Formats: sequence, C-alpha cells, structure tokens
Amino acid sequence: MTLIFLILAAITIVGTAAAMSFRNPIHCILGLTVGLVGLAMLFLHLGAQFVGFTQIIVYVGAVAILAVFAIMMTQGGRRLTETATKPQITPSLLVGGTVAGAVFAVLGWAMLGRPSTAIHSVQPVVSVNQIGQLLMHNYVLPLEIMAVLLTAALIGAVILAMPQERGKR
Amino acid sequence: MTPDTVDQIFVISKHWLLGYVPAMLQPLASAVLSVVPVLLAFPLLFAITTVLERKGLGRIQNRYGPNRVGPAGFFQFAADGIKSLTKEDVVPRDADQVVHFLAPLLLVIAAFLAYAVLPIGRNMVVANLDAGLLYFFAVGSMVELAVFMAGWSSHSKYSLLGAMRAVAQMISYEVPLVLASIVVVMASGSLSTVAIVEAQAGYTATLPHWYVFTPWGFAGFILFMIAATAESNRSPFDLPEGESEIIAGYYIEYSGFKFALFFLGEYLGMFATSALAITLFLGGWAAPFSFMTWIPSYVWFFVKLLALIVFFIWIRGTLPRLRMDQLMGMAWKFMLPMTLLNLFTAAVWHFLPNPLLRWPVCTALVVVPFVVLSRSMKQGKTLQVRTYRYAE
Amino acid sequence: MLGVGILKGLTETARNFVGSYFRKDRLTTIQFPEERAPRIEASRNFPFLVYDGPDAMAGLRCVSCFICEKECPPKCIIIDKSTDKKPDATGKLQFYPAEFKIDVSVCMSCQICVEVCPFDAIKMDTDFELSTQNRFDDLLWPKLRLAKSNEYYHEIHPTEAAAVDADLAAARAKAAPKPAAPVAPVAAAAAPEKGTTA
Repeated sequence: MTLIFLILAAITIVGTAAAMSFRNPIHCILGLTVGLVGLAMLFLHLGAQFVGFTQIIVYVGAVAILAVFAIMMTQGGRRLTETATKPQITPSLLVGGTVAGAVFAVLGWAMLGRPSTAIHSVQPVVSVNQIGQLLMHNYVLPLEIMAVLLTAALIGAVILAMPQERGKR
Repeated sequence: MTPDTVDQIFVISKHWLLGYVPAMLQPLASAVLSVVPVLLAFPLLFAITTVLERKGLGRIQNRYGPNRVGPAGFFQFAADGIKSLTKEDVVPRDADQVVHFLAPLLLVIAAFLAYAVLPIGRNMVVANLDAGLLYFFAVGSMVELAVFMAGWSSHSKYSLLGAMRAVAQMISYEVPLVLASIVVVMASGSLSTVAIVEAQAGYTATLPHWYVFTPWGFAGFILFMIAATAESNRSPFDLPEGESEIIAGYYIEYSGFKFALFFLGEYLGMFATSALAITLFLGGWAAPFSFMTWIPSYVWFFVKLLALIVFFIWIRGTLPRLRMDQLMGMAWKFMLPMTLLNLFTAAVWHFLPNPLLRWPVCTALVVVPFVVLSRSMKQGKTLQVRTYRYAE
Repeated sequence: MLGVGILKGLTETARNFVGSYFRKDRLTTIQFPEERAPRIEASRNFPFLVYDGPDAMAGLRCVSCFICEKECPPKCIIIDKSTDKKPDATGKLQFYPAEFKIDVSVCMSCQICVEVCPFDAIKMDTDFELSTQNRFDDLLWPKLRLAKSNEYYHEIHPTEAAAVDADLAAARAKAAPKPAAPVAPVAAAAAPEKGTTA
C-alpha cells in the first residue's frame, strides 16, 4: 500500500464513480475513461507494462471511442436532465445491486482468504518477449481460436454493413 | 574534448548536476533533468517549423512568405505567440465548459508524453521502456479522445463533424501505422525503442544497416509515413480541418492560447511520429555513413527530423486534399493489404538467409502487390468531366 | 501506377521552390510600403475637387450647384453655398462653395457625383491610403483637403483629363465668340447639355 498505489486507486475509483453518477452519457464515458486509465496505471505500477499499455490502447483508444460513437449515433449525446431525476427502486436496480454484491462478496472472500503479504511480494518483471513466447508456444491454440472468432466477427460486421448492395437492383 | 565527450555532453552534464542533489531527491531530479530539455527543445522546434513551413509554402507558391519580423521574417513565431497569448479567450455559451477546457490540455499532454520513449541521442532517452513502442501507440490513442472532447464540447455542428472525421480517420490509419511498424519489431525482436536503434547499428562498407535499406523496410517506411501524415491530420489528409466545408474542424470554437495549444499539439504529434519513423527505419541517432560518426548523435537525430519535417511541408505544398471516401478507401483497400503483405515479406526475409535469393524474392513481394493494387484501385475509374446534378 | 502523379507534383513544387530563389520574375508579390505597383489609369477611389490655376481656393471649378449633394446615394457630400460671387479661374463671377465636405467613412466611391457634375469640377482620385488615427476629425474632409490641381488630374488620369480639357476649351470657345477677353470666359452656363467624359 504505497502512496502511488493510493493515488492511482483514488483516480480509478473517482473515475468509475463519476461514470455512474453523471447525467450526461458523454461525461459518463469520459469518467469511465479516467477509471480505465487509472487501472492501466495500476498495471504499470505492478510492473506489467504490456497489460497496462494494451489496456490504454484497447479501452481508451478503441472502446471509449466506440462507446462515444454509439451514443452519438443513437441519441446524439443530448443532455438527459429530465430523465432519471431521483433514484427509484426498480427491478433493474435490484438485479444490478444483487450482482454487484455477489461479485464483491466473492472478491472479498478470495482476498481475505489469502495472506495479506501477497501484496508486498516481489513485483514480477514480465517482459513482452516472455508474453510473446508464451502466447506462441503454450497458448497458441487459444490465441488462434480468438483470432478466428475476431475474424468471424469482422466478416459479420462487413456483411451487416452491406445490405444496400442487394436493395439496389 | 574528444568526439565522444561532445556526443555525451548532455548525459555527462546531467550526472554532474545530479551529484549536487541529495540522494533522496535524486530520482525526482533525474526525471526533471530528463524531461525539461524535451519540454524546451520540441516547442522551440515547433516555433521554428511554423516559420519554415510558412516560408517554404510561400516559395512553393512563388511568394515570399513572412518576411517582416526579424531577419527574413524569422521571428514571426514570436509575434504569433504574443498575439495568441494576448487574444481574448472566447468560450461559447453553450459549450461544455470543463471538457472544453480540458481537451487542448489533454492533447498537448498526450503529445508530450510520446517523447518519453524516443531516443534523441546515444544514451539520451527519457525512459527506456521494455514495451516502448506499445507505450507510444497507447499515448497516441489518447489524442483521439482529446480531439473528440474538443469537437463535442464546443457544441457546434462544424466542430462535431470535424471531430467525427478526425476520429474516424485516426482510427482507420492507426491500423496501418501499427502494422507498418510491427515489421521492425519482427526484425529487431524487441519493442524497446533503444533496442530497435541498437539493432540497426553497424556499417557494411560505410553504409549503415538501417531497416529502410531492405525491401520490406522501405515499403514499411513509405507506408508508415503515409499513415503518420494521416495520423497527424496533415495535408493531404487534413479533412478534419477542411476549411472549405467545416471551416476549421474540431478546434473552430477555440481562440487565443487554447487554439495555439491545438496547433502545438498537432505539430508535436507530427514530430513524435516522425521521430518514431526515424527510430524504426532510419537508424535513430546513428550517422548515415561510418566516416561521419564523429558528429554527435543528437545532431543526427535532429537533422533527420528536420529532413522529415521538410518533406512533410513539401507534401503539403504539393498535394490537394483527399475526399472522405478516397481517404477511407486508401486506408482499408491499399494501406491495410500492403502492410499485411509487408509482414509476410519481413518473415520471408527472416527465413531466407541467402542474400542472393532474398533480395529478388522480397523485392518482388513488395513491388508486385503494389502494382496489382494500384492497378485495381484505378479499375473502373475513368477520368471525365464531373457533372453536378443539383449545382447547375 | 499509384505514386507517379505524386512524384510529378513533387518535382513541380520543388522547381517552384528553387526557382523562386533564382528568378525574380517568379515572385510577383510587391512589397507594399517600400515598393508600389505602377498606378493604374483606370482605377478610381475617392472624389476630389479640381481647380485651375495656382490658387486652390480661387480656382475651384465647383459653383456649388448642389447636384452632386442631391445625387449622392449615401449622402456623404455637404455643401454650403456662398452668398457672394467671386471670379473663377477664367475671370467670370460665380458662386463658390463656402464649405464643401465629404465624409470618407460614408463615401462608397460610386462615382455618381462625377457623372452628374456639369462643370467637370469633381473627379475620382486614385489615392487609397485614407485610413486615419482619429475617427471623428480626420474622416470629414474639408474643401481645402479635397482640392487638387488640374495638373494632378492630368497626372493620374492623363487620357481622361485631356478629353475633359478639350471639351471645356471647345465649350468656352462656343460660348464666347468675341475674342475680347484674354481667355475665353467660362462656358459653365452652356455646359449642362454636354455629357462629361468621365
């Protein structure tokens, strides 16, 4: 529990809390981005450079932008001041609260079950080289399956985006 | 002073200065001493570049360019800086004040962060990260968010359109940019920028072992530079600015120093990607000939950087702006296949040790797809006088 | 093939760049305050009052007939007619403008005053550097500042001035057939039918 860890954890928590509490969806995404960057910084703090930078590339560079685009295309980022004025106990809130509680319970059980010295253990220095070796040798099958899955998704997206060809005739 | 001392003068002086700092503060002082020169050198380069660019573009168009402030107009940047500092900072009433304020800051910060992994000279790098290249692209992806923030928070249709264009363009060209640089990672076996420069060290009969002097390296360099031009929103890929249709794009609602910050961020991004191109393909700070190694490494770095900047200016003075569909077609139909094929070429180069065999094979692997692709892109396109249905 | 056109364009711009340093005729820019483009005879900017002879106030052709003041679309001309008559350049007694002012900030350089003037007394200038430091005093030009000599008119619009002089001389000769007067009296009264050559 160093000072840096506390600062980064605070950034992450504040960012994600902001993402949940802002009214404007674009602000929510920006808050979420802050949280994701904080998480990436935590990875970097633990010496996992590859994971940290990939987190930024994937989540800040791609997912945040994708979410922003999705919001712009569905409702144009209008300010939703009139909706959701006060919290009401709705079924969705109940389900969400139950799931969140379950997740936190499992996490807490897992963390408390381990000796607390685990946090202070020597930081594992994993080079990108080692990750590459592992991916290409031990985990080559999962990697290939992921690649096939992503390619299929890409082709599916292209097909979805092409219907006007048929409608022309 | 031996050439070696001159080469390492900044490193030596940094260590000399660190000697006066108490041991507890040394990591902090070391960081400050590494960062401050970068923070000074590159904005100064930006200032010089704006003057060079305006004068160069003027000459290309048979004009004088700025020639009033200082000798031959060289201090124009000072006048521009003072002007932008003293101008009124107008924020639109409907703008999202906080995001509007943060966007230029985020852009400049992201642009500056990228310099952390660029080796400016021998032993001169702010942070030698194991995943340096990954860091560069991670930081670069934050620029997109800054651009979007600027465009969205201004609450103007032009700025939003400009931001959408810019983000779409940057995402599309980030793919070929990364793929074009991966060949170098394959060849050098490292993501660290310092290690990549070291992998290109050494000379064969006065000629260096830069990656640009291989078929895949040359193709990769060209593809990288095209993608870098698009990534930094420079002409001919400056659609996000598109003066003719969306006036200035995402920074239309910015004035005064915030506008200058956008300008600075854009140029810093251009320098950073140029510096990365130098690191990846042009041997970093290494001298181009073995008999010129006595010239300090940082001089070579800045000479190469200036050469690339001049080339950017030259391109800007030459080519007209692309259309949006041409831009996207270029990215996905030409750049992406070429970069993917280039990966294959680099692999072939690696597994064919015989130089007599690998040179012709790899050259053919680069040239043939290029010819085929450029032919197929032209297919079905006959140049004719354009008729406008509604405008006439 | 892709890229050939780009290379051609690059050589063209490079030729421009290098050429602009060696051939001065490529650079068409005129460095304005230091060097000036030659005056264009047909250019027109702001009206001035023509006078004959050496004395500006005595030789004004204007007889304060108010036609230009009435015709001026933005109403930027202000004339005070004199109560007495004074001999003009040719010796004939005429009314003269006690004050003749034009507001520079209002004038739109439409040249209508010149078109309607029966006496060829007001003409268009070519001077374009009219900006001033003072908004209220320096933009309302009095007649002393508006008056410029016929020689100056010849200098800026030589062809047109020669035609005007010829017309005026012909009109004076027609109006005064007797050669008693040393110079033909002003034919101003006879001039209204004659269109100006402006």
